[in-house]
Amino acid sequence: MPEPASPQVEHAIAVCAAHGNAASELIEILHDIQDEAGCVAEETLPAIAKALNLARAEVHGVMSFYHDFRRAPAGRVRVQLCRAESCQSRGASALIEDFCARHDVALGQTSRDGMLTVEAVYCLGNCALSPAAMVNGRLVGRADVARLDALVAEAR
Amino acid sequence: MRIYVPADSAALSVGADETAAAVDAAIAARGLDATLVRNGSRGMFWLEPLVEAETPAGRIAFGPVTAGDVDSVIGAIVDGTAHPLALGLTEEIPYLKNQERLTFERVGVTDPLSLADYEAHGGLAGLRAALGMDGAAICKEVLDSGLRGRGGAGFPAGIKWKTVHDLPEGQKYICCNGDEGDSGTFADRMIFEGDPFLLIEGMVIAGIAVGATEGYLYIRSEYPRSIEVMKRAVAIMEAAGWLGANVGGSGRTFWLKVRRGAGAYICGEESSMLESIEGKRGTVRSKPPIPAISGLFGRPTVINNVLTLAAVPLIMDKGAQFYRDYGMGRSTGTLPFQLAGNIARGGLVEKAFGVTLRELVEDFGGGTASGRPFRTAQVGGPLGAYVSAGMLDLPMDYETFAENGAMVGHGGIVVFDDTVDMGAMARFAFEFCEIESCGKCTPCRVGAVRGKETVEKILRGEDVAKNVALVEDLCEVMRDGSLCAMGGLTPMPVLSALKLFPEDFDRAPKLAAE
Repeated sequence: MPEPASPQVEHAIAVCAAHGNAASELIEILHDIQDEAGCVAEETLPAIAKALNLARAEVHGVMSFYHDFRRAPAGRVRVQLCRAESCQSRGASALIEDFCARHDVALGQTSRDGMLTVEAVYCLGNCALSPAAMVNGRLVGRADVARLDALVAEAR
Repeated sequence: MRIYVPADSAALSVGADETAAAVDAAIAARGLDATLVRNGSRGMFWLEPLVEAETPAGRIAFGPVTAGDVDSVIGAIVDGTAHPLALGLTEEIPYLKNQERLTFERVGVTDPLSLADYEAHGGLAGLRAALGMDGAAICKEVLDSGLRGRGGAGFPAGIKWKTVHDLPEGQKYICCNGDEGDSGTFADRMIFEGDPFLLIEGMVIAGIAVGATEGYLYIRSEYPRSIEVMKRAVAIMEAAGWLGANVGGSGRTFWLKVRRGAGAYICGEESSMLESIEGKRGTVRSKPPIPAISGLFGRPTVINNVLTLAAVPLIMDKGAQFYRDYGMGRSTGTLPFQLAGNIARGGLVEKAFGVTLRELVEDFGGGTASGRPFRTAQVGGPLGAYVSAGMLDLPMDYETFAENGAMVGHGGIVVFDDTVDMGAMARFAFEFCEIESCGKCTPCRVGAVRGKETVEKILRGEDVAKNVALVEDLCEVMRDGSLCAMGGLTPMPVLSALKLFPEDFDRAPKLAAE
């Protein structure tokens, strides 16, 4: 008897089926899985590959190419700080340094308590209100440390 | 009475939802016969959240209105009294009045998801006109308008369309590139969120023109609200019969799918975008074949930017000549410029080509936000050149900018004051290329890394003259040897910074005798 699939794998198979098991839908599939599970777990990749009739390497290749997809869930609070040119012109570099130092977390990492993930992002389309940030999907204009701290505290 | 509070992402980012909730509460508390409409943004972002109210004289504006200001603003609206945040008639605000809004005619004016509102403001007239024409005639109209690709390359849209139209019948596609990743740009986002039906209308016209029955709209994942609004707009257009198997009762077919990006800047490059829509890694394709001949799934494909397709309904409605009467030289029509970065009045300014950078930065933008002197602006995104104060009188048109070693690109203008370190910006240009390169070709993949390292050496004062020469040489290799604009244009910001601001790179240790 084969081992029963884990709930994560079952979910991944169901998402693939919902997309007609079409390989061209792979990015939408990975998004849907991650939206629900918080990440695309390693153990789901063979099942996705099988469902879409792709090589596992192809699924891995797509996963690793795009910045959005993650193997492990982010912290409960996900802060994206824009470091593109427009935000740099309004002090984004100092803001990022300051924010990371206050929360004792490196850019691109999750805090030791697993609560806060801080990521760099390159443009959120809010360049007339730089610097821009996004906290759990919510766009923040004219971001400063005080506002970000308040939003992080609220989201914790 | 209708009261407007934008639901545009930028407005939301400075508290528009809180303002809207307060407006709703004030309407209820005062028992007003008023409805709250969540419009797009007028594009005057320093005034967001901008609250507007209908009056017999026209719409009046207040801004920026925080939730705490709402009660007094509503009081001023109802009683017709003065208010410190009052801006008068919206249309008379110089920033708006001095624009030539063609593509952005309805953005901020209408309820973005009300098809009735859309039609009442001239929507669908272009598509209705197109449905009465054959494909070749539509392509000719677009060609005659002089409309060029607004993504940056400026290739004539009509030629692309005609190429796809002239190929034998069979599966063809329309792909709209909504991967607006350039820093300093947000015009596409404002269309998605402020006038989504316009873009759909443009895509349907393109489909009918070239005989494509399927379209894809690719939107970057950094724009979650845009994705949501566009998906709802597609559903509304399907339900109303403007998308689907019988477009507007014409018997023609056009289906539209919205696809999410996944955080890769390179997918704004058209062939990478195609790969991404096909569910693959976003690596660029070699050309030829061009996508018009072999594009999505190997089929003939029209790929246009959001602003290109959004310009089409007006051209079909008012005619090619009307559009061509705007602009200068071979740059016809208008471009929605985006004022960003360190600028006092950042926002969207749609003007005919030919407007100068100075008019945009100083007259519209009001100079820097910090109040410090202007030093440079990066025009046309992260792959565009930095310009000096001496270049501010250049008219914005594709050819003039190209002659001056710069590019108009997608119309984004990022302003910097005199605190900017151009050495750091040159280093960043290479770093960005390193992070976002798809990795397919060596000049881009390796050049970005070596370029960054070499600029770092310059900034540490190591062999400055020798390393500057090395960077220049590397830039030539990247420009001439890269497969696409990512590697090919990264030299643009680097070399412009080196040329115009050499003092920022002159970090050689000074001799003690000096």
